[in-house]
Amino acid sequence: MRRSLVIPLAAALSLIIAACGGAPAAPTAAPEAPTTAPAPTAAPAAPAATTGRLETITARGTVICGVNNNPLPGFASVDASGVYSGFDVDFCKAVAAALFDDPSKVEYRPLSSQDRFTALQTGEIDVLIRNSTWTLGRDGDVGLDWSPTTFYDGQGMMVRKDSGITSIDDMDGATICVQTGTTTELNLADVFRAKGLTFQPVVFPDGDQTRSAYDAGQCDGFTTDKSGLVSSITLLSNPADHQILSDTMSKEPLGPSVLQGDPKWADAVNWITYATFQAEEYGITSANLAEFSASEVPEIRRFLGIEGELGKGVGLSNDFAARVIKHVGNYAEIYNRNLGPDTPFNLPRGLNALYTEGGLLYSPPFR
Amino acid sequence: MASSIPRTSRSSIPFYRDTRVIAVLVQVIFAVAVVAGCWVLYQNMIAGLTRANLLPTFSFLNVPASFPIAESVIPYDPSMTYSQAFVVGLLNTARVAIIGIVLATILGVILGIFRLSSNWLLSNVAMAYVEIVRNVPLLLQLIFWFYLTKMFPRVQESINLGDAVYLHNRGVTLAWPEPTASFSNWLWWVGGALLAAVAIYVVRQIQFRRRDRPGVAVPYAILGWIVIAGVGYVLTTAFSGMAPAVLVFPELQRFNFVGGATVTASFAALLIGLVIYTAVYIGEIVRSGILAVSKGQREAARALGLSQGQTLRLVIFPQALRIMIPPMTSQYLNLTKNSSLAVAIAYPDLFYIANTINNQTGQAVPVILMLMVSYLSASLFTSLLMNWYNRNIQLVER
Amino acid sequence: MVADGTTARLPDVTPVQRITTWVRTNLFSTWYNTVITIVLLYGLANALVGLAGWIAQAQGWTAAFTNMKLILAWTYPNDQIWRPQLAVLIVAALLGLSAGVWRGVVQLVTIGAALTTGALAVPAVGLPEFAGTVGLPSWLVLAMSVALLLLGIPLGRRAGGWLRWGLIVLWIAIYPIIILVVRGGIGLPVVETKLWGGLMLTLLLAISGIVLSFPIGVALALGRRSRLPVIRIFCVAYIELIRGVPLVTVLYMGSLLLPLFLPGGESVDQFIRAMVAVTLFSAAYLAENVRGGLQALPAGQTEAARALGLNVVQTTFLITLPQALRAIVPLLVGQSIGLFKDTSLVVIVGLIDLLGAAQNVVGQPDWLGTPGGVWRETFLVIAAIYWIFSFTMSRVSKRIEDSFATSRH
Repeated sequence: MRRSLVIPLAAALSLIIAACGGAPAAPTAAPEAPTTAPAPTAAPAAPAATTGRLETITARGTVICGVNNNPLPGFASVDASGVYSGFDVDFCKAVAAALFDDPSKVEYRPLSSQDRFTALQTGEIDVLIRNSTWTLGRDGDVGLDWSPTTFYDGQGMMVRKDSGITSIDDMDGATICVQTGTTTELNLADVFRAKGLTFQPVVFPDGDQTRSAYDAGQCDGFTTDKSGLVSSITLLSNPADHQILSDTMSKEPLGPSVLQGDPKWADAVNWITYATFQAEEYGITSANLAEFSASEVPEIRRFLGIEGELGKGVGLSNDFAARVIKHVGNYAEIYNRNLGPDTPFNLPRGLNALYTEGGLLYSPPFR
Repeated sequence: MASSIPRTSRSSIPFYRDTRVIAVLVQVIFAVAVVAGCWVLYQNMIAGLTRANLLPTFSFLNVPASFPIAESVIPYDPSMTYSQAFVVGLLNTARVAIIGIVLATILGVILGIFRLSSNWLLSNVAMAYVEIVRNVPLLLQLIFWFYLTKMFPRVQESINLGDAVYLHNRGVTLAWPEPTASFSNWLWWVGGALLAAVAIYVVRQIQFRRRDRPGVAVPYAILGWIVIAGVGYVLTTAFSGMAPAVLVFPELQRFNFVGGATVTASFAALLIGLVIYTAVYIGEIVRSGILAVSKGQREAARALGLSQGQTLRLVIFPQALRIMIPPMTSQYLNLTKNSSLAVAIAYPDLFYIANTINNQTGQAVPVILMLMVSYLSASLFTSLLMNWYNRNIQLVER
Repeated sequence: MVADGTTARLPDVTPVQRITTWVRTNLFSTWYNTVITIVLLYGLANALVGLAGWIAQAQGWTAAFTNMKLILAWTYPNDQIWRPQLAVLIVAALLGLSAGVWRGVVQLVTIGAALTTGALAVPAVGLPEFAGTVGLPSWLVLAMSVALLLLGIPLGRRAGGWLRWGLIVLWIAIYPIIILVVRGGIGLPVVETKLWGGLMLTLLLAISGIVLSFPIGVALALGRRSRLPVIRIFCVAYIELIRGVPLVTVLYMGSLLLPLFLPGGESVDQFIRAMVAVTLFSAAYLAENVRGGLQALPAGQTEAARALGLNVVQTTFLITLPQALRAIVPLLVGQSIGLFKDTSLVVIVGLIDLLGAAQNVVGQPDWLGTPGGVWRETFLVIAAIYWIFSFTMSRVSKRIEDSFATSRH
């Protein structure tokens, strides 16, 4: 019929262009976008092999931090004006404070439980601080590196007070709401199997949906990390009708994680985290930082970067700890601001106390 | 074709103007471009996955899945492997698709006939239904139905319909027959009846052909199957002193109903949403199919003294069916593909399970591959089936 | 409707008689029609009264109302909100002028849009204002749109011919212009696509899908009809592959695999990923529609064109393709409706479109105290938004189809 030669060729070309060219509409704007809060995404970074993540971030001027996409009050939530706050968010700010002496240099990337690790793997985010549990599988197969645990958590179970359930052993045959793509989902199955109990799962891809199904009575129990349960309870229609069982089904050490294979960046995040622990141990807070800066104790002078070159060793400025304390505070300040007695959660420190107070927080020495 | 003017002196044309050479050249360039493009993408992907220590492999399929699945056609527990979990997803999709197709067809045909009703009110109510449902996204409708299930009372305060049906916000619990010891005996009858049905079908077809008049053999076959299986049921009960199946009434235990069958809220919402949405499109196909049958056919049938019902059943519908089959096929495929929206309302279909497997293993590439192959083969299978049926129907026509 | 034809011919019937005849033939013609009518009337009356009662007493309307900004534009920065508003006004102005120039269907759509917009402007007066908003109050934007839509008609009519080509150029250029206004660049501060959401995202995604898939779809259709086997096989494989799988899986592939396909693991914005997926998906369906249009074309067209000495490219782009595309305009509008509705699936891969924004509003802790929640009201509001858009498009498609049918025969 037709001798169409050019047209199929054009077809082929446009297809290929569509296949690979569709994407790179990525912003090419300058790294400073004035009024519109978060700065542009793609720093035109050279491949990761040649430049470390730390240099990329420094050049970009902001750190991209993956946080929870579902509001998890106390850990990460956004208010109506788009401002992020919470325990996890404060650690994002700590990283920014250490790097840029400005806690606002964070670009938050809300992530679901399904795509949080992919985001790290593809380099979309620099660091993931999204109540993610440190497990061997994720450290190994998924290819992540975990920073010190900032919150020792464990999986718990919430039930209605009028259900008469006092422990998980009472829950044979119960329907349980759980979120998919989480270790919670796996632990739940393991624990019930180990106890020889049956249960009917109702599994949602989304934390909000899971909670709302439980709230509607579609499930007898609702399981997630206890920290999550504590903040969820404030979001139920009748918080007083519910209780969290004392059983703990798992160990859930939650902390920042970065992509494996960039030890320098991992070290930087590690020591920024440790700095908050160490500051609490020394008793340095954002309020009394000035007094400590005048301290003659060599240990403290080194820690705050007044003498010595400790920070340089991990690719940070020497006063990175002082910056973190100045802008975000020490661990106790972060904890109390978000989860402490003055918040609706009033969560006891428990394992999340310093080792000197019977907890598990322990920083290696800064020297 | 356009191989236009025969060229006597081909040698005078330089090769770069020879269309056949250009044709080959263009194809080679195209193929090279496609292969090169794919190769670059593949290399990038492998490089990225190597960096992430996630090289694609199918070895995870034999590892226990460890995650629970809310409902399954076959027995499943978390100690089974990822591949078994995948099969559960596949079967769950098949379940909702098959039931959905049957119900959507019934509702669609009714709707199509209502749209053509001579009753102004009825046809306009049907039209309003079509216009409302068709112009709102299916996902929104599914989510709406799912939220609606939450309005039902909690299990403990279920709405009781004659002790046999209970409505609650976890779904619907029904009294359901459960097989007894003599069930296997009866199964022989069912199998035998199936053979008999096939025999009836073949015999009827031959009869029709010999008498050279059109007819549909399937109803006879189905009737035969039901009668023989029914007789078998009675005889089995009489001989073994035990009915092959007994109706079990659900009982409310501490947390849930035990006994009977429970249709989960997710499944119910998905099914209702899919049926209501797809029926609109099927209704339109039925309507235009019937309208496409020429008016003369209707008038001729009426002139022959057929009643309105007979005209519709014997003259209009068989002819309309032939026009309707191809678009119906694509609606059936749409329904199957749309069932992947189940992920939004927690029904563990194929896509949902694949998504979970990817979350737990990080093996995005193999999982997506399996997902694509499953949907493609389902599409292919349905198309083949409908094509076969289509041919079958065309045979009736002489 | 049927009755009108018969009764109108009778010369001496009073209106009352006409009505009774109509009622008798259309509602009570047989005994079963009478039964159906009575049952339906009873059911409808009950349903409507119940619905009206519920609408009047439902407490959840405030949820959609106070969160209208989230539903329409999600987290688009308040201090930049004038930009989407400007985009709306540009489209309104263009539509108004086009209505004057082309009349017919366009004018109908414009008047419909003006009426809807005008009706929405009234409740919009009560919408809350946010601190730091740089832009006009919503009711004013709506009122200005109405003005532009209606003023454009006489203006366009007077300007006539010369404006026609200008408008065509503008309509072609409108997509990049709107993207530029909304996203920024060239002097305007950039608003990252991850801040986009709500109705804005739904519309932009649907429009992007249609616009970008158009060249690809046409190319695929031509490729599928190509004489060259390699190209044909590739196009057939692509089209059938995409049409065989659900959109969710294509979106899922886009969100998981696209970043992996790019060197150095660069990050690709979620919006872009969804846009690529929607475009690739829509292209396959568009290709089939275009192919249908090409196939329906009489072979004489090609032959005549070739006989006149046009080469293949000229024949395709000047003769066959324009005719084929014209013939499938209703189909393309239908596909646009489908795509517009289908964009709601991006919720599943984590984008916040109109549906996502509504889900978010429903989940806000503020509504915990409302008995039964606010989901019915909120979902009804966004269902109405979806409905208005797709219903309008379907009417347009019907109109064009009808005008084709009359012009051709």
